[in-house]
Formats: sequence, structure tokens, C-alpha cells
Amino acid sequence: MAGLAASFGSGAMSNSMDDVAKHAQAFFVIGSNTTEQHPVFGTMIRHAVRYRGAQLVVADPRRIDLVDFATLHLRHRPGTDIALINGLMHIVLERGWQDQEFIETRTEFFEVFISSIQDYTPPKVEEITGVPASLLHEAAKILASCKPTAVMWAMGITQHIVGVRNVMALANLQMLLGNMGKPGGGVNPLRGQNNVQGACDMGGLPNVYPAYQPVSSEENREKFLKAWGATSSTSVGLTVTEMIPGVLEGKIHALYVLGEDPLMSDPDTNHIRRCIESLDFLVLQEIFPSETSIYADVLLPGASFAEKTGTFTNTERRVQMVHQAIDPLGEARPDWWIIAQVAERILERIPERIQNEAPNAGWNYSSTSDILSEINTLAPSYGGITHTRLERGERLQWPCPNSDHPGTPILHTREFTRGKGKFMPIEHIPPAEKPDEEFPMVMSTGRVLYHWHGGQMTRRAKGLMQVYGESLVELNPEDARRIGINGKTRVRITSRRGSIEAKAWITDRVPPGMVYANFHFPEASANELTHASLDPVAKIPEYKITAVRVELAG
Amino acid sequence: MGVYLKNASAEDDLTKLTIDGRKIDVPEGNSVLRAAEKLGIVIPTLCDHPALEAIGGCRLCLVEVKGTRVSQTSCTLKVTEGMEVITESEKLTQERREVLSLLHASYFDSGYPPGLVEETQYSKWIKQYGIEKQSYSHSQARHPVDSDPHPMIWVDMNKCILCLRCARACAEVQGRNVWEVNGRGYDSLMSPGAIGFTMLNARCESCGQCVAFCPTGALDNRMSMGSGGPDRLVATTCPYCGVGCQFDLNVKNNKVVGVTSKPDAPVNGMALCVKGRYGYDFIHHPDRILKPRVRKYLLEGISKPTFKKTDASGVKSSDWDWEETDWDTALNIVADKFHHVRESNGADSLGFLTSAKCLNEENYLMNKLARQVIGTNNIDHCARL
Ligand code: SF4
Ligand code: SF4
Ligand code: FES
Repeated sequence: MAGLAASFGSGAMSNSMDDVAKHAQAFFVIGSNTTEQHPVFGTMIRHAVRYRGAQLVVADPRRIDLVDFATLHLRHRPGTDIALINGLMHIVLERGWQDQEFIETRTEFFEVFISSIQDYTPPKVEEITGVPASLLHEAAKILASCKPTAVMWAMGITQHIVGVRNVMALANLQMLLGNMGKPGGGVNPLRGQNNVQGACDMGGLPNVYPAYQPVSSEENREKFLKAWGATSSTSVGLTVTEMIPGVLEGKIHALYVLGEDPLMSDPDTNHIRRCIESLDFLVLQEIFPSETSIYADVLLPGASFAEKTGTFTNTERRVQMVHQAIDPLGEARPDWWIIAQVAERILERIPERIQNEAPNAGWNYSSTSDILSEINTLAPSYGGITHTRLERGERLQWPCPNSDHPGTPILHTREFTRGKGKFMPIEHIPPAEKPDEEFPMVMSTGRVLYHWHGGQMTRRAKGLMQVYGESLVELNPEDARRIGINGKTRVRITSRRGSIEAKAWITDRVPPGMVYANFHFPEASANELTHASLDPVAKIPEYKITAVRVELAG
Repeated sequence: MGVYLKNASAEDDLTKLTIDGRKIDVPEGNSVLRAAEKLGIVIPTLCDHPALEAIGGCRLCLVEVKGTRVSQTSCTLKVTEGMEVITESEKLTQERREVLSLLHASYFDSGYPPGLVEETQYSKWIKQYGIEKQSYSHSQARHPVDSDPHPMIWVDMNKCILCLRCARACAEVQGRNVWEVNGRGYDSLMSPGAIGFTMLNARCESCGQCVAFCPTGALDNRMSMGSGGPDRLVATTCPYCGVGCQFDLNVKNNKVVGVTSKPDAPVNGMALCVKGRYGYDFIHHPDRILKPRVRKYLLEGISKPTFKKTDASGVKSSDWDWEETDWDTALNIVADKFHHVRESNGADSLGFLTSAKCLNEENYLMNKLARQVIGTNNIDHCARL
């Protein structure tokens, strides 16, 4: 969440789900199909609207289910989020609805920001986004008059070449309205997978050690060198979207992949395949064979969540226990045991690497509780989070720096992590790939309620498959007529990179000119079609906008 | 949400009352039922659930209040200052028996083995109050057993007592309105939308809230039917999305046989979505990798066969076949290869993809492996994707 880190100094969700569900007077949901992607939070929003009378403004090109509960639906064109958000802020400023006191005491660079907004007049924004100026006015009025308003988004905002800038625009909006650091307000990015937050917190990123301590800092390097007896350099490593193409460039020779399926989840599958098959050595640690395992040299059987004990961190920074319920199946082993084994065996082959007197040099862990104790000493925001406290029923959200600290449900209450909140001038940039004569439609990708991610787990869950057993592509009735669907149901979707066939679901959930596909099924994985244009900062691929052609299948 | 016990905060006025001669004070607005529970007094209930609004429908929770003649439903009765409540008396037992007898006359259990709950809340009260079938009771099923094709939810309306918990849970917790009462009086029946509809075409989202709230087994977990009750419940966190719901894995003979709500879950309380409640059976799927596998060429000590360009079926050469091995062999091959690549091409020629599905502790170790052992910052995961 690089965008929030730049605006506030911390990239995580600022408030808690139950906090916004209870206290927000209005919700602004943009780029999040909450009821399908974060279903239980979706029900909390529905509840707040239905039983508490909270207002709900949904901005989404698709008529997602949440729209049934919305006060307003802004159906902006894909890739025009910034214009939309700037347009709303333009109206707020024009009417003097901003929170002047908050702006003066808690933020900086407001003047530069104001001048960047001037051009986003309602008529111009209507032209770019397709949202009528009158609706823009209504929306701005709701957001400005309901205090506090909580803003929520998900991959619909981040999976664009302008993802980071989209997020900064939303941060601007919440500072302008004075909704930061308050119960029921805040900026609330909903993280996709169960433990994305934890993977980031734990240093699963090329630029930071655990708890976001930059690798580029010499001080941090020394800290970890002292603790571990050896560490990496101060130069930032490669992201996944650089590592894989790096294989063909001769940069990467071996990969160790833990529980991921880059062949299903990465953009432009054909290119990924060429890269992965050129590796000297690929180790995959997984519970099921996957598209990626076809190319693996070694397959190590990890354990499922039901077979191990440890912690996950949810989207609101809440650390929670996972408990072993059954023995690992067959000879499967908990992933932490396997990683430690690999580490020890490599170190045996390079004994000179480690200064043995370092306190955390070793790999001899008897449990994940042992590992978390080591994390306590090295990751400040996790300093006071232990299995013992969690087992006692304590509810802990990081930052929780020491064992007496109660955790932090709301961030930025007195000041921002970086001191003052930083207004950033953000300009609208059109998407990388534009429809043309050959590829006249826009495809967007995402998830459906019954499946999850590459589908490795949900495609093996019988009940889920009985309800949703094959990939469906959403297609507007107008487009369906135009391509002459005429009772047939299978369509072929072609982009500049590939082609898939799938069953069409003819529905006005999608506007004319747009199709919506998912990446849960390998035989019709939307990522065969997507492209690898990356947001220059976050290196997130632009999944939400691919130019395609839709035809009847064979 | 619901009518959980409201605990005192600084600004609350406390109401003093006595229940069965014991004194208690609770903030005003609480029901007598919640106040009694706080004292550890058990009043039988059916239509009440703390996560739902009280409706006073079943009349099982009757209590006597000094100074009033008729018994009142404690789930809807609010506490008042100086109130004196009695929760057990001959009169109350008699009245509760009447309520249960009436319900039991139309309840019919065809005798099939149920899902995860062996003794339902309903059957517990029936047993405790010694209710028998009467001559006018149903002696056969009035409705088809297993009347809805829903792949995850089992419906047997012969066991329904019309407590409306399913409909209220659907509306109040899930924000849907799948269940409604159709027909009148004796013919009243819970059905998804109009009679003839299936749950899924009444816009069911398969969250299973109705099952979790049903006190009789009229709604049950299809995938767990016949599992005969778990040996133990293990509280854990959902492996799917970032909301982080918690639930209880129901374990029997070292097998996960179902998922049930864990009412004190911090994020979600009783609520779960379809993936959390019904997406667990991948755990025992026959595709699970049960032993380490290495490609044959690695055991034969020959070089890696090359792929036919971008052919997903890979190489046809048998050197590329899988061979199952013990852990020692596989781990040593991995260590040798990584060591070799590190020696010949440098630490930055290795890359590590850690996992948003794995534990914090495991992600920390991947970061330590990449940075400490290998000496590279080439580590990432797929949150970008
Ligand atoms: S199906 Fe269950 S929860 Fe619903 S009304 Fe009948 S007994 Fe109550
Ligand atoms: S139960 Fe559903 S909403 Fe809750 S964490 Fe699991 S997938 Fe997410
Ligand atoms: S539990 Fe009170 S009336 Fe049913």
C-alpha cells in the first residue's frame, strides 16, 4: 500500500471493520465488490445501511450487489477513478465543505493540492467518467455532510497502472473531509488474501525487513546483521513482477515458491510460462499440484491451515491464532518446519556465512511460538504480540510494541505516522491499454463469491463447485445481441496476448462495452489475456483494464 | 446487532431487580432473560438468540413477575427497578410443558442421522420437560424430507417449529430475505421465497447462517450429514479472505467433518460466508501431495531436460517424471541446488516467493531464509496480484 505510506507514513487500513460498521455515517465504497470479495464485512455494511440508516455511495463500473443497498451508484468508466475523486473534491472545495481545522492542524501541502483540483469541474469530470454532474453533486454532498464517512476500497483501485495514485487521491479526500483518525472514518484498503497483511508485515517484500524497516537503511542492515549473524545488502530486491521476467534476462536462476501459483495469478500467462520453464531450478512447496507444479523440479508437501498452529493478520491489522486441528496428512509437514530444514541444510554447506554468536542466528525452532518470540525482538510493531496473550483471549491489532500495550484499533488518532498528512496533487492518466477497432471492449477481472484466487482450494470444495462450477463471463445484453449470441452461451474473448473460451452470463451488472472475467479456473483463466503494464511504484499489474474482442465460440 | 447483554458503562443508569431471590443490577434496556443469564440462571428458550432481535414468539421463556398475574416472556421483558422475578415454579413448568407439547405435536423426526449437532436445543428441552408424542401428533412426514436441492444446506421442514430464527438471521445478520413464512395457521411453512422456489433462486448466498441459528435441525449442514457429532472443536481463523473470520473446525477421527460458528469470534461473531463455512473439504481432497516429489533426472544425476517451448504438458522425456522420495533426499537436493546456484551466479540469482496463505511465522522464516541464509532481498509475495 505504497500510496498510503506516502500520504500518511503507514500503508495499512486505518480503522477496524466493526468500528466503521458501527460508527460511519456514510460509506464510500470504490473498487471493492465487498459482498463477494470480503463477504462478512459486506454483510456488516448492509446491516449498517439497513438497520442504522447509514448512507452508502458505491463507485463501480459494475452494478455489484452492494448497489442494491446504495443511496447512490456512480457508474464511472473503468480507469477514471482519479478524475471521479478529484471531481468530488472540486465540488467540496467549491462549496466550502472541507474541514478547515483538520486541514490546518493535521496536514501540509494543501495549497499545491488545491491548484491541482481546479480543472476537475463537474462538466469535465462528467465527460471523462460518464457520471452525470448532478450525481457528482449529490455524492459530494453526502460524503461531506455525513460525519464521519469511511472510505473503503480493494483491488479495483490498486490494480491499475495508476493504483498508487488512486490511493493517494482517496487519502486526499479523507484529509479534506477531516475523516482521518476518527472512529467510523479512515482509509480502509481491504486486503485480498487471508494473510497478505501478515506476509507484508513479516518482510515478504523486497524493500523492507519485518515491520516495514527499509533494507536501504544501513542502521537496519546492522540491526539484522547483529541479530542473525548475516544479512542481505542495502539494495532493494526484485518484486514478483520483475523476478519472473528476470529469468529470461538471465538475472534469476532458481526460485523457491511457497504456496503460490504464479501461473494462475500473474498477468500474461504465456510469457510467465516461458520464464518459469527456463529456470535452472524451481522448488514449489504446496498442498496441491498446480499449474506451476508442472514446471517444478521439486515439490515439497506443506500442510493446510488445519494442520498447523500459528498466527494470521487480517486486513485490519488484527493478529489471530490458527490452531492445529488434525495431524498433517501423509508425510506433509508444516511449512515453517520445511523452511527451517532447507535453511539449516544450506547453512551446513556454507558454514562461513554466519557469525555464530548472533542471538538469532539459529534455525532450531520447536514451535511457531518460538518463532514469534524472535519476531517480537526484531519487528517493533509486533513487539508485544505473543501466542500466550492471544490464547488468553486478548484482541490485538498492531502496532502493539510491548507486552502491556493493548494494541491499536485506529491509526493516526493524534498525528500521522509521518507527522503531518501530506496532500498530493494527483492528475488523471488514461489506462495503458485502450480499446481500438480490433479490440473494442474493456475486460476487467476479479473474484466471485464462491471461489478464491487461483481456485486451488475452492475448486476442490464440492459444495462450492456445485453452485459455481465453471467460469462465467459477464456480458451486457446489448453486446450479447451485437455479437449475435442468439441462445448460444459460449464466447471467445481475445486480447493482444491470448484467447479464452467461457460461458457468458448475460447481465446488466456490466455496462455495455465491458466484460468481467475471473481467474479461478485454469481452463478459462483471465490472466491468459491480461497484460503486464505495472504501476511504476507498487509494481501491481493492471488487471482491471484489458482491451479485448468478444465473439461467439466456435 | 442483536440483544446481547448490555454491560454497564460510566454513563448508564443501573436497574436493580431480584431474580429467584438474588439481587442484580444491569443497565436499563436489558431483558430479564439476559439479566438471569448473567446470574447463571438458565431459562429455557427457543426463538431467542442474543445475536438477533427478540420477538417473544415461542413463549417458552416464560417467567413470573411479582404483582402481575400472567407469566411473561423473559426475552422481551425489559428490566424495571425493583422488579421481582421468579424463573421456576410449578405453574411455569406446566405452561412450558404446554408450549413444548404443542410444538412437539407437529414436529416429526424421520430418524436419519443428523449433521454436526447430535442433541439440538429443541430436543434438549423436549427431553428435559419429559414431553411425549400425543395421540394427535404427526406420525409421518408432512413435507418431503430433504426438500431443497441446495448443495450445502439440508432442509427438512418436518422438524420446523416456526421460531423464525432462520428468517431473522438471514435478514439481520446476512442482509438477505431468503426465508419467509408461507401459508396460514396449521399450514404455515418456512419456505425460500414463494412456495416452489429453491433457496438458490431466492437469492441465497449459501452463508449457512440459517443453519447456524436453527434450534431443531430442520436446517442442517448437508456435507456433514451422518457425521455423528465431532470429537472436538478447534477454534481457528479462516484460510480465505482478509476479513479474518474465526470458526470452530469440527474434528472426528483426525478428520475435519464440518465448520460451526464460534459466537465470540472477534470480527464475525456468528457470521461466516460460504467459503468459510462450507469451503473446508479441500483439506482432505485426494489431490493432496502426501510425499515429497523430485524429478527423476535429479536422482539420476543427469542434467535437466529442456521443455518443448511453452507446452503446458511439459517435457515428454521420462527423466522429467516425478519420483516420490523421503524428506531427507528431497531437502538435500534443494539445499545442494540452491547452494550451487548461489556459488555460481551469486545470491541475487535466487528468488523467493512467500505466501499470503501461510502463517506470519512462516513468512518471517522465508524472509530470514532469503536475507540471512542466501543474502538476497529478492523476496516477494502476491499481494500485488
Ligand atoms: S427452519 Fe429452524 S430456524 Fe427456521 S423457523 Fe424452522 S425451526 Fe426455526
Ligand atoms: S468466512 Fe468468508 S468473509 Fe470470513 S474470512 Fe472466510 S472468506 Fe472471508
Ligand atoms: S425464547 Fe422468549 S419467546 Fe421464545
